This record gives sequence, structure tokens and C-alpha cells, in this order.
Amino acid sequence: MDHLRSLEAQSVFILREAYAKLGRLGLLWSIGKDSTVLLWLAKKAFFGHCPFPFIHVDTGHKIQDMIAYRDRVAAELGLELIVHRNEVALAGGMGPDRGRLACCGALKTEALAEMTRKHGFEGLIVGVRRDEEGSRSKERVFSERDGDDGWDYANQPPELWGQFKTDFPKGHHIRVHPLLEWSELDIWRYIEAEGIPVIGLYFSRDGERYRSLGCAPCTGRIRSGAMTVREIVAELEVTRTRERAGRAQDQEDAYAMQKLRRDGYM
Amino acid sequence: MADEGRQTLRLVVTGHVDHGKSTVIGRLLHDTGSLPEGAVERIRRVSAETGQPFELAFLLDAFEEERRQGITIDTTQLQFRTARRDYVIIDAPGHKQFLKNMISGASGAEAAFLVVDARRGVEEQSRRHAHMLALLGIGQVGLLVNKMDLVGYDRAAFEAISREMGLFLGSLGLRAGASVPLSALEGENVLRPSPRMPWHKGPSLVAALDGLEKDREEEGLRLPIQDVYKFDDRRILAGRVEAGRVKAGDRVLISPGGKETRVASLAAWLPGDQRDRAGTGESVGLMVEDEFFNRRGEVVSGPDDPPAVADRLKASIFWMGRRPLETGRRYRLRLATSEAEATVEEIGGLMDSSSLAPIPARGRVGPDEVAEVEIALDRKIALDPFSRHKATGRFVLVDGFDVAGGGIVTAALGEAAEGRGFAHGRLRARCEVFEEYYYSLGDLSVRKAGDGRRPFTVGDPVPLRGQSYGFPESFDIAVFRDLVAVLIRGGQVAALVPLADYVYGGLPVVNGRGFGLLVNSPEEWARARADLSAMTPENEARLARRWLDFNAFRHIPIGLADFDI
Repeated sequence: MDHLRSLEAQSVFILREAYAKLGRLGLLWSIGKDSTVLLWLAKKAFFGHCPFPFIHVDTGHKIQDMIAYRDRVAAELGLELIVHRNEVALAGGMGPDRGRLACCGALKTEALAEMTRKHGFEGLIVGVRRDEEGSRSKERVFSERDGDDGWDYANQPPELWGQFKTDFPKGHHIRVHPLLEWSELDIWRYIEAEGIPVIGLYFSRDGERYRSLGCAPCTGRIRSGAMTVREIVAELEVTRTRERAGRAQDQEDAYAMQKLRRDGYM
Repeated sequence: MADEGRQTLRLVVTGHVDHGKSTVIGRLLHDTGSLPEGAVERIRRVSAETGQPFELAFLLDAFEEERRQGITIDTTQLQFRTARRDYVIIDAPGHKQFLKNMISGASGAEAAFLVVDARRGVEEQSRRHAHMLALLGIGQVGLLVNKMDLVGYDRAAFEAISREMGLFLGSLGLRAGASVPLSALEGENVLRPSPRMPWHKGPSLVAALDGLEKDREEEGLRLPIQDVYKFDDRRILAGRVEAGRVKAGDRVLISPGGKETRVASLAAWLPGDQRDRAGTGESVGLMVEDEFFNRRGEVVSGPDDPPAVADRLKASIFWMGRRPLETGRRYRLRLATSEAEATVEEIGGLMDSSSLAPIPARGRVGPDEVAEVEIALDRKIALDPFSRHKATGRFVLVDGFDVAGGGIVTAALGEAAEGRGFAHGRLRARCEVFEEYYYSLGDLSVRKAGDGRRPFTVGDPVPLRGQSYGFPESFDIAVFRDLVAVLIRGGQVAALVPLADYVYGGLPVVNGRGFGLLVNSPEEWARARADLSAMTPENEARLARRWLDFNAFRHIPIGLADFDI
């Protein structure tokens, strides 16, 4: 089996394990390329069905095209979509001007925690990858979060032979990471091979494109002429710039992402 | 696809703490231009911010705690490529405290490099990691003797370590791959041969990597069922092909239920994914002709090559739990997709996983210890000896909420695997007295022909004469592993008695395998009983020579051809 087929088979195996072993399950769909690949893999795993809802944590600061695209795709595919916002923080005027980490903490981490508890999720499927940044590189496929959504990263359980963490106290939940082993280039090659539709923001307009999608104030575009998936693959095959270089919250301090993720950030 | 046909090999880098595993990987990524732009500058900046010296290892040691303490806490992996193929390189922590993280990383690898510090030589975790690699079934282990700069690139230092580790790997049954002297810090003998070590005729690090061979695919279908889906009018058995191949039209057996049926077709979402066959590693959905009640945990195989079905097994295990493993306590065993309540009944061969020094039997297995155990399950599951099938021959033990141990199946016990034993009342004696043995020239081992049936009980006639054995009309069988004696009188089972109550009466005595006991008096019997009850892997050869006569009632023919079974 070639590399992409074996990644696909492994992700499908993980999705099926999550569905078989965890209680209420949801898939975090950020509208970006990774979670869109996840959506595609879920369709494959369950033979055209999606036996769990899709969740969008809406910070209220997302790039506008993302919201329109989200609603259109959800309607087209008939997805059960849960949109959640931290309304209290937004009403209080929370935004990146209050400090980027505080903003991510309130509008993403807290919003996610509220949503998890409101719907009683036992498993959240998240499209993070090891090659994105350091603390994600150390993740487990099934990663436990305690009652406060905290991640005990210094004491992770053993994970071997496809036997994942599926026993945990009530009130905890599991972050399921089916794309952990994929690289950014794998994702784009797979999108190309499968012909998966992705949002237009990734393609070049006026010599610039988004490489990673997030909130409008904190996400920058890169210089690129790539107008098609094939051109993106070609660009990534030679680039040595990091994927999340355009994501401001990562650059706040050396361990910004580790700190955010310890408290429950995706 | 751009890279169609390129192979990917998963490799773990292990070794004692501070011998430079992360630095080796960092150097490899750096020198092969596999790092993103700014990665090294970022590490320099972090080092400056936190007042630490720059280390290539920080490329992998992403956690603040890891960089502060200068050790790897958790495993990570990176992709990297050479001209020959793609690699996933797994970094595994070397500190004793993080052995479970090392195991998590190494369990996904096909081959391993063991890093040893040239100046400090082989240390505790060097050996422990080698032992874990053997238990994880990773056959191929290369040796990297790092920090050669600290010993002035001395040939003798390299050769001494190479010899010592080679012997140790051999004693574990591991295949020692290339042995490579290098300095990751200085980048010597990484990409190309080093002028500082002209005496080294073997490969550089990259050449050694490319010299590793991928595992061969296992023959014989094993498809553990993950789930049964009925989202629409299709009934789909979902699972991953762990070994062999399956195609539409194949006859298959589903164990442990033992139902045979035929594969009608393979399910797919997209028309482009529609196939009529699948190979090892593929996640598939099967639709079968007969709709039995199927469920997660069952294993689909070929009808002539089924897994064993057993509720008892022998295994080599390693323990990672904080609370020791104890006999009599209940655990949950998870093997492929099946689960069962498990009790460890016997613990033997206990040893420290580094020194391999035996630990006296004490009814428990502590953290980082390894042991040979017998496990009883609350129900029958499908499984294989690990030597036949990896995926259905390994398991984890869950203690409370935590995966606390792992193991590989060395034998499935029960009637089929043990031969035809005896049972009466609550006494059971496992034994192979009436089984045919032969010497297999293929793998130079003694094997048993045929398989077992219902155990004999009191009153049953026994087959006194076989093609590889012949017993008298009346004799006694002493089954030491179950502490039961079986009395055969006039060709029939007369009684089963606890071994403690057995009285030697002058008739021939054989052990559970049908080998004669060199016993001619009640005194000799008492001595033999004491010795043979205390048999360990260390004294077994000596005690067997002292008390057993292999040729008294048996001979072992060469090959299976003579048998009429």
C-alpha cells in the first residue's frame, strides 16, 4: 500500500475505534483543510454516513468567507451541525486587543469547554497533526482531558498496538486525533488524489493565499501564486517555511501553544 | 500521485538517557535539509530566551520541561526522506521513568536504532530498551555508537561496545543490524564516511538506515471485526486486514463462533473505491452471505487456517503500571478488537528487564519487570501465538482506567493447544501423553501432530499405542504443572488424585508429556517430586537429565509423513 492509502486506512481505523468505544461523539470542523479531510474520512469509515454531529467553535472573529462556506457545505451534505460561541465573552468585547492568548483562551478554549459540557461529549474528534507544532507532536491518538479540560501532558498513558485510551472517569473526555501522523503535504496530496472540495481561501488571489485558516485578525496570508491544489502541492514540495508562520498566537512566547493546549485548546 | 510506489519505513531511535537519541535525529534532519526554514533559528531564540545552550535535540524536545531538564519526556515522530525511501522517525525517551512513553513510540516501529554513548558504554536502559524491542516484536536492531568525538574516534572503544551489545541482542533473539560509530554533535559519519574514522569499513548512518529491510507481510487472513454497521439496508462487518488478503467469493471462518460463510462483496462509499479484494493494512467492510450474529472482537480468517480459540494462554509480558501486577487480581485483556476479563494464575521467569537477572517468584510483577505468565480469561477469544501472527498475538492488560501492561502470546492453552488432557470432578490435568510428536526438519523443532479433543475422564479407555509411543496397560502420569496424578489401570483412566495424595506403588510413572520418570522407590519418587515441582528455566536441563528418560516410552520420528492423521 502506498503512503497515502496507509494513512487513510489508519485514520479510518481510528474513527471506527472512537465510534465503537466512546459514548457521545462529535467532530470539530474548523472549515479548514484538515478537518475537511476528516469529514471525508468519516464518510469513508461509515460508508457514506456520518453517525455523529459536526461542531464549529465560532469565535465571532473568523474570516467571513469561512462562515458562508460552512453553512453552504453543511446544507449540501446534510450534516448535523452544532455552532457554539462564547456569547458572554463576546458581549464583553473579547478580542485580540485584550491579548492574543487571553482571546484564544476565552473564545476557543472556554467556548469548547462550554460546548463539550452542554452536549455531554465523551469524545471529540480533532484534526490536529504532529508536524504542526511541538506540543501537538507529542500527542496521543486518544488523548484524555480531565473534568476541567486539562491535558496532563507530562504523564500521558501508554498507547500501543492500536489499543487506545478508552477507560476513564466520568466527566473526562477523549480528544481523538485521526490525522496525527499526516503531514501538511500528505493532506494536500490526499485532497488532490481524492478531489476533495476545499474553501477558496487557500488559493492565490492577488499573489497571496492563506496557508492556515483561523481568525481574521490573527491569521496572515503568504505570498503565493498557487491557484490549484496541484500548484499548492508543488509549492509545498519545495517550501521550507513553517505552516503556522502566519498564525499570530503561536508566536506569543516560546511555549504559547503548550500552555494553551494544557488548558484545553485544540 | 507524486510519490506512488515509494516505501515508508517506521524506525524508532532508543537508548539510555543522555546518550544522544534526540541529537542523532536532530542532526539527521538538519544535515539532510529536512527542517523547515527558521527551525534552527527558533531553537536558538528559545535557548537564548531561556538561558540554555543551543541543542539540536530541542528540535524534538518541544516541551518546556524537556528543554529545561535536557531530556526527552515523551515520544514524537518526524518524516524524513532519503534517495531510497521515506522514513517516519520516532524519538523515544531514554529515562527509566518514561519507559511507557518509550514503549508507546517503539510499538509502532518496524525497525530500531539503539544509541549507545561511546564514552559511557552500555548502560541500564540500553539493555532494557533492547529487551523491550524484542518483546514488541521488532526484529531488526541497528547499533549507533554516538559521541565518538569524546573518545577521540577510538576504534577499540567502538568495537568493545559493538561486541558487547551484539552479544546481548543475540541473547534476546534480536537480529543485530549494522553497527555505526558516529558523532551526532560534530556530524561525523552521518551522511558520508568520516575521515576521522578511516578504520570504519561499515556504513554511515544514512547508509545504515537505507540498509534496513521492511517486514515481510504475513500470510493467512486475519481480520478482527471492529464493528457491525447497519446504517442502511447493508449489513457490514468493518475492520482492518491485519494479515493476509481477502476477496469477494472467499470462504471464511469467523472465530470464536466458528461459523463458516462466504464473502459476498466489499463495501465502499465512493464508486471509485469499489474493490473486490483487499490486502494487509487496509480498512475494509465485508458483506457476507450468511447473516449470523456477529460482533466486535471476532476474527475473520480462512476456513483452513483459523486462529486458536482459547480462554487460557501463556504469554511474555512487560509491566508499566504503578501498582504491580498480582496473581488472582482481575484485569481487562484487550487483544486486537476483543476484550475479556483476565486473571493471572501463574507467574514464572520473572526478571529485571535490563540485567535479565532472575527475580525469585513472588506472585507479582513490578514496574519495568518482565515475566512469563499464564492467564485465564472469563470467555474464549480468538488468538494466535505471536510468532505466527503479530496483530492477533499481542495484547494489553488494563488495570482500572489504565493500560498497565503488554504482552505477546507464546501459546494458546486449553484442549486444542495442550493436547488431550484429563478431567474429573474439579481436577484437571493438562497433558500430551497420548499425542504424536515429530521432529520438523523445516524449522528444526519438535512439534505435535493433530489437535486435541474432549479430555479423558474416569472410565475412558486411552490409546496405549501410537506411532511415536507405547505405554504399558497400567502406569501413572504425574502432571506437575497442574499438581495432579492420573492413574491408568488396564488401559482405562482409573482415577485423578491431587499430586500431594499420590502414593508411588511400583508402576511406571511418566510426566505430562509421556516421558518416563527415573524412579524406582518411594524415596526416589519423593525426591523427584520435590525437584520437578521446582523446575525453572535455569535448572530445567539439569533436572531433566537427572529424572527423565525420554526414550522409555517414546521416540521422535523425523517428519510428519509417517503419521496417519
